[in-house]
Amino acid sequence: MNVDVMIAALPKLLEGAWLTLQLLFISGFFGLLLAIPLGIARASRSIAVKALPFAYIFFFRGTPLLVQLFLVYYGLSQFEFVRESPILWPVLSDPYWCAIITFALHTGAYIAEILRGAIQAVPHGEVEAARALGMSRATTTLRIVLPRAARIGLPAYGNELILMLKGSALASTITLLDLTGMARTVIARNYMPLETFLMAGLIYMIITFVLVRALRFIEHRVSAHMRARPGGAVGVEPTG
Amino acid sequence: MPDLHGFADQLLLGLWMTVRLALSALGIGLVLGLAGAAAMSAPLAPIRWIAHAYTTIIRGIPELLVVLLIYFGASVALMAMLRPFGYTDYIELSPFVAGSVALALTFGGYASEVFRGAFQAVPPGQSEAARALGMGRVAIFFRIVLPQGWRIALPGLGNLFLVLMKDTALVSVIGLEEIMRKAQFAVGATKEPFTFYLAAAVLYLGLTIVSMAALAWLERRANRGMPGVKAS
Repeated sequence: MNVDVMIAALPKLLEGAWLTLQLLFISGFFGLLLAIPLGIARASRSIAVKALPFAYIFFFRGTPLLVQLFLVYYGLSQFEFVRESPILWPVLSDPYWCAIITFALHTGAYIAEILRGAIQAVPHGEVEAARALGMSRATTTLRIVLPRAARIGLPAYGNELILMLKGSALASTITLLDLTGMARTVIARNYMPLETFLMAGLIYMIITFVLVRALRFIEHRVSAHMRARPGGAVGVEPTG
Repeated sequence: MPDLHGFADQLLLGLWMTVRLALSALGIGLVLGLAGAAAMSAPLAPIRWIAHAYTTIIRGIPELLVVLLIYFGASVALMAMLRPFGYTDYIELSPFVAGSVALALTFGGYASEVFRGAFQAVPPGQSEAARALGMGRVAIFFRIVLPQGWRIALPGLGNLFLVLMKDTALVSVIGLEEIMRKAQFAVGATKEPFTFYLAAAVLYLGLTIVSMAALAWLERRANRGMPGVKAS
């Protein structure tokens, strides 16, 4: 093991880590936007409403992320209208945007499924109480169901974020120099695969550690009412 | 049905390789998972630390990086280890072996957590009763704890297997001729990327559906005699 090699590779690897973080957060943001309507539709009782989100989620959870990435980056160029479109082509010929689009579609399917579980776990009494107070269905969803579901789904969302961080390494297969891609470039020059990959692994672990800590902090913040009160009595979730 | 230009049999060969890779990684991974779960409740603290370090590291780094690390790094590490013994030949792991080991390491890291939780969920009275009947530690594990813990571990292990099967696509990066690699060859020859990557996606979906059916059957079997427990 050669520590000097590991330190020499650090600046390049950190540059790659920055791209990894961009991919993670930009695709995470769009994935979440996509997941909210998808999750609500998936939790519907009507078969006509939930059929499309079901098929979407089934496809994206049932096939490897690598296949999805290749379908978007290489696959879509098969169609002439994509290649000749002045709007689509600049986006779809850029690996950066292809990675973000694919990751957002992928993580969106997973988050939608988490959201569906969380929506169905919201106690019925709370929905009934909101309806009894005269809230419309839309207001009930927006004010009662979604905020409650967000808190119920938060731990599972944290796991999904970590999985997406690890999935983002696939960006290196479509020529992007993310943390993994940068490690492979560095190895092409220093011929030290063991040291360089271990250093990259260490950086991934540090990012994971920070993300886990941050998510725990947020969970702690949004569950203040569940903790013991200074007066002694344990806080009880108000249920209907 | 789109035209596959005669590459259908190649894709099916790739499918067979994917199945073999997934099953061999599953076999090694289950052993690693059991060993990891046993090590986490070992009486010796350093063994527990090693087991916890293993699961923490494997859950923190990308699967693709594990595959690359094993394929390119393990041969360097093996050669360095064997050099003091006078062995100086070049060692190269085949993509199949490196892929199986890498995917098994990932599966094992998560599986040891699943097994640990499942064994803890078996009431301690069960193994106490077995010991009172005079059974040895090994017999208690294989006859009492494992069959009951298996039932609890099965849904978790099933999810891990579905993840493992999709991760086999990563081994195409180190050149194993499984579904993705075969699809890449076909794309190179026909210049129809969408057709062949979609065909690959359909094959993976088929594998997922078959695995889900097999897992549901296993869960029904494991839960027989448990009234009121349904396979998910």
